[in-house]
Amino acid sequence: MAKVTLENVSKFYGNVEAVKKINLEIKDKEFLVLVGPSGCGKSSSLRMIAGLEEIDEGIIKIGDQTVNELEPRERNVSMVFQNYALYPHMTVEENLGFSLKIAAQEKKEIEERVEEAAEILDITEFLQRKPSQLSGGQRQRVAMGRAIVRRPDVFLFDEPLSNLDAKLRNQMRTEIKRLHQKVSTTIVYVTHDQVEAMTLADRIVIMKDGIIEQIGSPLDLFERPATKFVATFIGSPSMNMINATIINENNQLIMKTDDGIFVPVPQDKINSVKDGQKISFGFRAEDIVPLRFGQKPNNHWDMKSKVNLAEPLGTETLIFTNFGSVEIVSRMFTPEQVNSNENLDFSLNLDRTYLFDDETGMAI
Amino acid sequence: MKKFLNGPWVLILPTIIVLTCVVFLPLLISLWTSFTPFKLTKPDTLYRFVGFRNYERLIGDYDFWVAFGRTVLFLTIALNLELVFGLGIALLINKITYAQKTLRTLMMFPMMFSPILVGFQWKYIFNDNIGLLNNFLREFGVINPIPWLVDATLANISIMAAEIWSSTSVFAILLLAGLMGIPKDPIEAAKVDGCNSWQVFKNITLPFLMPFIFIAMTIRSLDVARAYDIVQMMTGGGPAKRTELLWTLISRTGYVDAKMGMANAMSYISIFLSIAFTFFFFYKLMEARKILSYD
Ligand SMILES: Nc1ncnc2c1ncn2[C@@H]1O[C@H](COP(=O)(O)OP(=O)(O)OP(=O)(O)O)[C@@H](O)[C@H]1O
Ligand SMILES: [Mg+2]
Repeated sequence: MAKVTLENVSKFYGNVEAVKKINLEIKDKEFLVLVGPSGCGKSSSLRMIAGLEEIDEGIIKIGDQTVNELEPRERNVSMVFQNYALYPHMTVEENLGFSLKIAAQEKKEIEERVEEAAEILDITEFLQRKPSQLSGGQRQRVAMGRAIVRRPDVFLFDEPLSNLDAKLRNQMRTEIKRLHQKVSTTIVYVTHDQVEAMTLADRIVIMKDGIIEQIGSPLDLFERPATKFVATFIGSPSMNMINATIINENNQLIMKTDDGIFVPVPQDKINSVKDGQKISFGFRAEDIVPLRFGQKPNNHWDMKSKVNLAEPLGTETLIFTNFGSVEIVSRMFTPEQVNSNENLDFSLNLDRTYLFDDETGMAI
Repeated sequence: MKKFLNGPWVLILPTIIVLTCVVFLPLLISLWTSFTPFKLTKPDTLYRFVGFRNYERLIGDYDFWVAFGRTVLFLTIALNLELVFGLGIALLINKITYAQKTLRTLMMFPMMFSPILVGFQWKYIFNDNIGLLNNFLREFGVINPIPWLVDATLANISIMAAEIWSSTSVFAILLLAGLMGIPKDPIEAAKVDGCNSWQVFKNITLPFLMPFIFIAMTIRSLDVARAYDIVQMMTGGGPAKRTELLWTLISRTGYVDAKMGMANAMSYISIFLSIAFTFFFFYKLMEARKILSYD
């Protein structure tokens, strides 16, 4: 039962400012995912909430209590570490019950809660084993079990799945989602994998270089990226991005790419750009349609281009082609054969084309 | 023959020869002498076999068993105190971030002294007339000089102090290495799991440190006989055998009284003491490693 509030929180390592005055309010029972590239300050933020790292500036509150000066053990949070951090000299059962033993709970109570957690995570049969006798996925589950046994106010996850192989990762991802529904506790989850972020989160916080770029629901971020960075970070494959300049051609504003290709400015953006402005325009793979296999969008701009490479993935095919000198990717949903070097007509959906100011990186 | 020359035996032959000359032969000869009344002054006694007579005499020898008991007590107390002090120093040095390397080097200074020098130095400190300690105490009004190296209890304590001073750093360094090798994650996990500093130490740090403690104990129980130099310098086992340890007793029996046969019999008995200590700690080491599932 707790929300978590970060007010102007900063973290310094010597001269390096790893986290720069971030503000964030995590609602009670919310599943919040912190995502961003390596070194952007995700772990530092999480560890400050846990109390493992000094808070150099600002205030962190759990519930209504300011926790800046509290030891980790006084914060009633659980943390799941990237490399599990199990106690190697204890059996799984002892690992699970350790926090309760420290809290001087009764033996029977400990047993019950360990059993309950073991059942939720399906590790009952391993209770008597040592961590070294478990596989990666099983260890990960023990680490999660250890976290839920305590019934904390807040769960903190630091890239808990990054040491697992792809298949196990998908499976555990689903399990974490299910776990959240079962225990419904506030969760702060750190990852650098945007797919994990999209699938798990109620809300996503995108960080870069110690600052928050955008906070929003997965769909929000996908549909309305606030910055160029968010646009390219969220979504797979990454959004296509073309550099261009706004020019005035016969009294009409138009985008001229660095390769000299002219593309009309989308209708709704026409009043927000000015002559000479350096911009990037971006569009997702599904918004540039290979005409032979798809439908022409309402507002469109057409081009002809040669297929560099086609990647059939079953339900969809990714077509790599050139936009001037920039390689872009187009996605089509019809299972038809496309050959390399084939010439195709593409149609760009101007209604779903995003514009970003090159100077500020902000969406236009 | 050709096959022999190309085989692995040829390669380890030098080692075997050297080991035979410097280890196995002396061992065998000393074992033989322990069954003779060999006196250095009468060389032909070396060939008179008397069976277990030396050992039988030793079993009834009060002085020998007092020295034996004192040695066991000395080892137990000294090793344990060295462990406690070494652990304390290691924990403190592990905590500081500033000038850690300098301190680590400083800490090794006692190891650079030969035990003889340590004995001299402490003899000088504890001397009842001109010693540093009594001089120092006089400043605080202790007029009657304390007989540090004469009184039975005090002399044993003094020797122990010298021994602990010279060997605590062995523990400190090995344990510091252990501490620095402990992964950070389980400790952080324990903090989040609700442990205070003492609980973290007891439940996480100590189990991780156990193998290092037993390695240090094993090493120390192997080389602890070097304390002979210290005792020999400070008191020579006296006065009146009050600080007699097995090692001083054996060397006196062998070289002063020239009873080599008897001295070697004593050595063989005391070797079992050493082996017992070593085995015990080695066994504990294996167990501690198993608990951490290293093997
Ligand atoms: N103990 C430390 N000492 C000095 N600098 C540190 C320390 N820990 C982190 N940093 C720096 O702080 C910045 C943020 O680190 P942090 O671990 O929070 O990144 P992260 O977002 O978790 O990255 P990753 O995805 O790689 O785990 C990085 O530039 C890192 O180099
Ligand atoms: Mg990290």
